[in-house]
Amino acid sequence: MHANSAVTVLRPIDEVYGFWRDFGNFPQFMQHVLEVKVYDDTRSHWRAAGPAGKTVEWDAIVTEERPDELIAWQSAEGADVANRGVVRFSPAPGDRGTEVRVEIEYTPPGGPLGTLVAKLFGEEPQQQVDDDLRRFKQVMEVGEVVRSEGTPDGAHTAGLLEQHPGQPLTEDEARNVRP
Amino acid sequence: MGKETVEVRDVPDPTILNSQDAIVRISSTAICGSDLHLYSGFVPTMKKGDVLGHEFMGEVVEVGPDVHRLRVGDRVVVPFPIACGACASCRQGLFSVCENSNPNAAIAEKLMGHSPAGVYGYSHMLGGYPGGQAQYARVPFADVGPLKIESDLPDEKVLFLSDILPTGYMGAEMCDITGGDVVAVWGAGPVGHFAMASALMLGAAKVVAIDRFDYRLAIARENLGVETLNYEQVDVLEALRDLTAGRGPDACIDAVGLEAHSPSAILQAYDRVKQVTRTEPDRPHALREAILACRNGGVVSVIGVYGGFVDKFPMGSVMNRSLTIRTGQCHVHRYMPRLLERIEAGDIDPTCVITHRMSLDDAPDGYLMFRDKLDDCNKVVLTP
Repeated sequence: MHANSAVTVLRPIDEVYGFWRDFGNFPQFMQHVLEVKVYDDTRSHWRAAGPAGKTVEWDAIVTEERPDELIAWQSAEGADVANRGVVRFSPAPGDRGTEVRVEIEYTPPGGPLGTLVAKLFGEEPQQQVDDDLRRFKQVMEVGEVVRSEGTPDGAHTAGLLEQHPGQPLTEDEARNVRP
Repeated sequence: MGKETVEVRDVPDPTILNSQDAIVRISSTAICGSDLHLYSGFVPTMKKGDVLGHEFMGEVVEVGPDVHRLRVGDRVVVPFPIACGACASCRQGLFSVCENSNPNAAIAEKLMGHSPAGVYGYSHMLGGYPGGQAQYARVPFADVGPLKIESDLPDEKVLFLSDILPTGYMGAEMCDITGGDVVAVWGAGPVGHFAMASALMLGAAKVVAIDRFDYRLAIARENLGVETLNYEQVDVLEALRDLTAGRGPDACIDAVGLEAHSPSAILQAYDRVKQVTRTEPDRPHALREAILACRNGGVVSVIGVYGGFVDKFPMGSVMNRSLTIRTGQCHVHRYMPRLLERIEAGDIDPTCVITHRMSLDDAPDGYLMFRDKLDDCNKVVLTP
């Protein structure tokens, strides 16, 4: 599966690049990423929520890096979800901050059947990348993912159909989402 | 709880979900004309159980860890658009198109291309936030939006800073009024009323109110001294030409929006059928007339709410006659402080639009009366 998306963030390019380069920040804005352990300058270990309540893991290797410009990565041998991608940073014209462009390619577990299962569970890769970049912008500009009672976990297009009504959450519902 | 059904129900008390949230105990709230668009089912993505209401004020009872300007005990009026204060749009003062406050931006993008800000109690497309026709509300970005009221002005004098007073004011401001201007306002409801009051404050020489309800025209005439036209009794285009000796008004304000009525039975039927069959969500009679009435080179300012698409839009008149159309959901944050000063100085008394005061428990009756214009209903204020 292939997806690309872009967003403009009203923060200086070194700050935006620096936040992205610190992969430990990813669980803050990527819906599916649960944990990232950084081993060294190029290697890290990723754990993410997969379809049907499963957890998937992989090691990632930074294959190219140009400060304030570009980060490219690919998963190492033996990944549950083989993936590769590149993120490019460029100054937006005038005082408009930083443009961030992401391209991702991945093979879901289970090959073509896995792809179908993922889609049945509402996991559209394009929407996911769009949502994640929207959340990235929120984290960069306001400091955290923005939640409404309809979307206690923040922007998540696949969840639109089963949104919580626009009324306050119960104690139990609120417990998991408090800052 | 469905189209044309509003009920009073017990729901949990809101809790802090983001670190810049405040919880407000609501002392006064109001039903807005735009709530009627939700009530009538013209705004998609409403869900059973959504709490309505985007005009409210009250006392801060709790603040999140990153709230620094507001404190527990502060008395605040809350602007209806939710705005982060940090994105490029907010930095330019375009608070109603905040780029971060609508977590459901993806739905709005499909309909509108890009997403506007989140709004309290105004569908899931605009965020899925509970509204303020309630005892308590969660207010995100508490340091950015709420206006502190430090004087002892009663709620009724400041409540409308949340929406309809700034909305009317922005409608007039967009007209770039200069001395001698004649301004015509379609819709003499509360927003139209405040647009007229603002046009006069900003220096209009003459203001003309257009509506079909004599009681609303009377409120405008008696409080503001404006000319009035009942469109069921006169031909509006002809009357405006007469009033301006052929020129047309220098600026025309549409304070009606998507559920307008037309004195032309054919146009009304055309738009009504298309609206009911969902092939044209909006009925733009007031807007069409405002365009045709406006003088060459004038401004048409649109503050009535539109949701989707309109048919038979007289673009030829706009283009060939050098009209300027200006519009937007109000950037309330921008106008609150200066309008509070106007209220404190006695330049404007917002209470003159209120006709009904009710308990929140009676909100369902309030919706019905307001929708059907029963008992000369113009504005309903609810007290929890």
